[in-house]
Amino acid sequence: MEYVIEMLGIRKQFGDFVANDNITLQLKKGEIHALLGENGAGKSTLMNVLFGLYQPEAGTIRVRGKEVKITDPNVANNLGIGMVHQHFMLVENFTVTENIILGSEPTKMGSINIKDAAKKVQALSEQYNLNVDPYAKIEDISVGMQQRVEILKTLYRGADMIIFDEPTASLTPQEITELMQIMKRLIEEGKSIILITHKLKEIMEVSDRVTVIRKGQGIGTVTTAETNPTELAELMVGRQVVFKTEKIASNPKEVVLQIDSLTVADNRGIDKVKNLNLTVRAGEIVGIAGIDGNGQSELIEAITGLRKVKNGHIKLNGQEITGLKPRKITESGVGHIPQDRHKHGLVLDFPIGHNISLQTYYKKPISKNGVIDYKKVNEFARQIIEQYDVRSGEGEMSLARSLSGGNQQKAIIGREVERNPDLLIAALPTRGLDVGAIEFIHRRLIEQRDKGKAVLLISFELDEVMNVSDQIAVIYDGYIIDTVSPEETTEQDLGLLMAGQTLEESNKVGGRNE
Amino acid sequence: MSKRVVNILVPLISILLGLIIGAIVMAVSGFNPINGYVALWNGIFMDTYTMGETIRQITPYVFSGLAVAFAFRTGLFNIGVEGQLIMGWLAAAWVGQAFELPAVVHVPLALIAAAAAGALWAFIPGLLKAKLQVHEVIVTIMMNYTALHVANALIGVISGGQERTDSIHESASLRSPFLESITDYSRMHWGFVIALIAVMIMWFILQKTTLGYELKAVGFNKNASEYAGMNVNKNIILAMLISGAFAGLGGAMEALGTFENMSKLHAATGIGFDGIAVALLGANQPFGVLLGAILFGALKYGGLNMPSEAGVPTEIVSIVIALIIFFVASGYIIRVALERFGKKRKEEK
Repeated sequence: MEYVIEMLGIRKQFGDFVANDNITLQLKKGEIHALLGENGAGKSTLMNVLFGLYQPEAGTIRVRGKEVKITDPNVANNLGIGMVHQHFMLVENFTVTENIILGSEPTKMGSINIKDAAKKVQALSEQYNLNVDPYAKIEDISVGMQQRVEILKTLYRGADMIIFDEPTASLTPQEITELMQIMKRLIEEGKSIILITHKLKEIMEVSDRVTVIRKGQGIGTVTTAETNPTELAELMVGRQVVFKTEKIASNPKEVVLQIDSLTVADNRGIDKVKNLNLTVRAGEIVGIAGIDGNGQSELIEAITGLRKVKNGHIKLNGQEITGLKPRKITESGVGHIPQDRHKHGLVLDFPIGHNISLQTYYKKPISKNGVIDYKKVNEFARQIIEQYDVRSGEGEMSLARSLSGGNQQKAIIGREVERNPDLLIAALPTRGLDVGAIEFIHRRLIEQRDKGKAVLLISFELDEVMNVSDQIAVIYDGYIIDTVSPEETTEQDLGLLMAGQTLEESNKVGGRNE
Repeated sequence: MSKRVVNILVPLISILLGLIIGAIVMAVSGFNPINGYVALWNGIFMDTYTMGETIRQITPYVFSGLAVAFAFRTGLFNIGVEGQLIMGWLAAAWVGQAFELPAVVHVPLALIAAAAAGALWAFIPGLLKAKLQVHEVIVTIMMNYTALHVANALIGVISGGQERTDSIHESASLRSPFLESITDYSRMHWGFVIALIAVMIMWFILQKTTLGYELKAVGFNKNASEYAGMNVNKNIILAMLISGAFAGLGGAMEALGTFENMSKLHAATGIGFDGIAVALLGANQPFGVLLGAILFGALKYGGLNMPSEAGVPTEIVSIVIALIIFFVASGYIIRVALERFGKKRKEEK
């Protein structure tokens, strides 16, 4: 079989830290080859070596059988290697075509020939069933569409081998299915794909072979058809992984969070949360299931004081907290793991140690009379880092930006849980994380519940909601359409509720059909 | 090449390159570069008088640089340092001449008045930014013009229609017989000590206080700051107030030290605008600003000697000084070049 890319015995070192050690990855022509590993295992480093962003200390790279030296991304481009980055590199207020030609603009007598370019984009889009409008502006199209623009960018530049870096991290389930189809279509057209991911489900569904790396070491390559998720997870983490988080039955006590007929508007003034009622008790985890955009973000922002409440009441331990400032709400006993850790959860240009004190920097013992004791900040940070297994290059002094997503999230969870809040709000706490980290985070949430705290979990992943919650409240169009218990419901029922059909309604429909 | 060596080499090579290109400019224009640079050197270091004057020149640059840098750290671009400095100058000059007080009270009072005037002038754009999201760049630029003309008008009122205010009372002056005696009667004054204290204050606020932590957090990420319960608007206004206070103190240096009065200004002093360059030279770090101000002030003052001693016209002098500053500011290029060079040598070994 012909290999289009061979990376043999790659070693990459940063100072004393070995990010890649003797890793071998061989991509066959026309296959989808998954690269599996935990956050921080060295997947990105390996791909950056292939893309010419890093130079390896040892090992060889062959493209179509010929040994090559990839000194910068242009060399990689010319060899036909393209990359679809996890964080899109698009200019928001440019059109699709403008973004695609950026850097290699076709010119006619010194001015950009946008018409021809758009035609070419249109043709490519049709060839691969991408359905992208060449003249749409990036800011007006969905995340899934933006990703297709990134794919088009590589195709436009003539890529035969395309690297997808965690492509499903920010997509909705619907968009993920579509992406899988696109990838299969690319293969039909003779492309080869490296898929970087830690989602086992996707690997099983779409890939032909899997190369696993763990802590910078190449573990091996297996054929997807001959393996299963459990084996892959073990290879990746290096130990047995429990998919179903073990937990004892919940023991709900007094009401901690009480929301009565809450109405909240978004930035455009449109009501996103409508007359919503919700109760969370001490010692239970209430999961909010729902499709993205049904008012989840506005609900959390209203509870935490980041957004104005239009109508209704929010009570914490019987005390009204509606309309209070975020800090007042935090101090009255709310911990919040925000939905977007980069935007809200962390100051990325601060060291991770400073971030761990983001909610407590102004209080004793960390500061006194307005002066911060950075020794205490760092001491506290080291404690959290150890307890929550936050891995980074330079300990508490590493910039938050430099940590992997899972480690950033662990630091945030450490920060919020250590404040010992009565109510812990966890919004998409495992988004983009690998199985090891997910397991860790789920256990921490359950631990809080067992300590008698109230936990409100918001998630788009049905598995997660079913797995972790004691009660599932399904949100649809800004209100709770129904509350069910995970033991007495099925994913199908939840799916119907999330689509806005009450169970009685669907039973009626079913009855008529029979 | 170790990081340390690179850190020392970069500014040295930058200055050297600037000097070389400056020399070429002088030579092409028909002037002897060596004479030119000797004149520049003499203009800075020739005797205790020029050294005293150089330090006097540097002092307000420290303040304007700190003012710009401080706002920068909170993500604000304060181009209004010029206007804030003018208002501070006027306030200090007025307090200095209008009251008769013991020096221990008079000097601090004049300084506080200057800081307050600068802060007030910066408060307006800060408030507009915080409450109405009006961009601070536009407001601060416009406030420079209003400061200039308001100050000129007030000078007329204070002095009873004269072109300049009365001289300040001796009790408000920063000059001293001691400094005059060791610098051959230069106008050097105690302001440089206040400037050093200001550097320390900025360092302390940013590195040690909760306020500094908040200001930096807001500068880096407003959303996360809000999430963490910080009052973003309050921090924006505070950052502008402190920045303006530094600028106002810069004006006080002119009022209580250099001129001991204030004359009507035909145009901006330029100190505030140069503060932007000083802040950038110093990478918005307090001690960096100090070094940037020293370089800027020394070149500016030393350059004044070039036309008289070497016959180099002022226009060429400006070009040469700008070149040196340019190369220092583009130290990044030299850093990259050095790293490439270091890598090559390593590979050859």
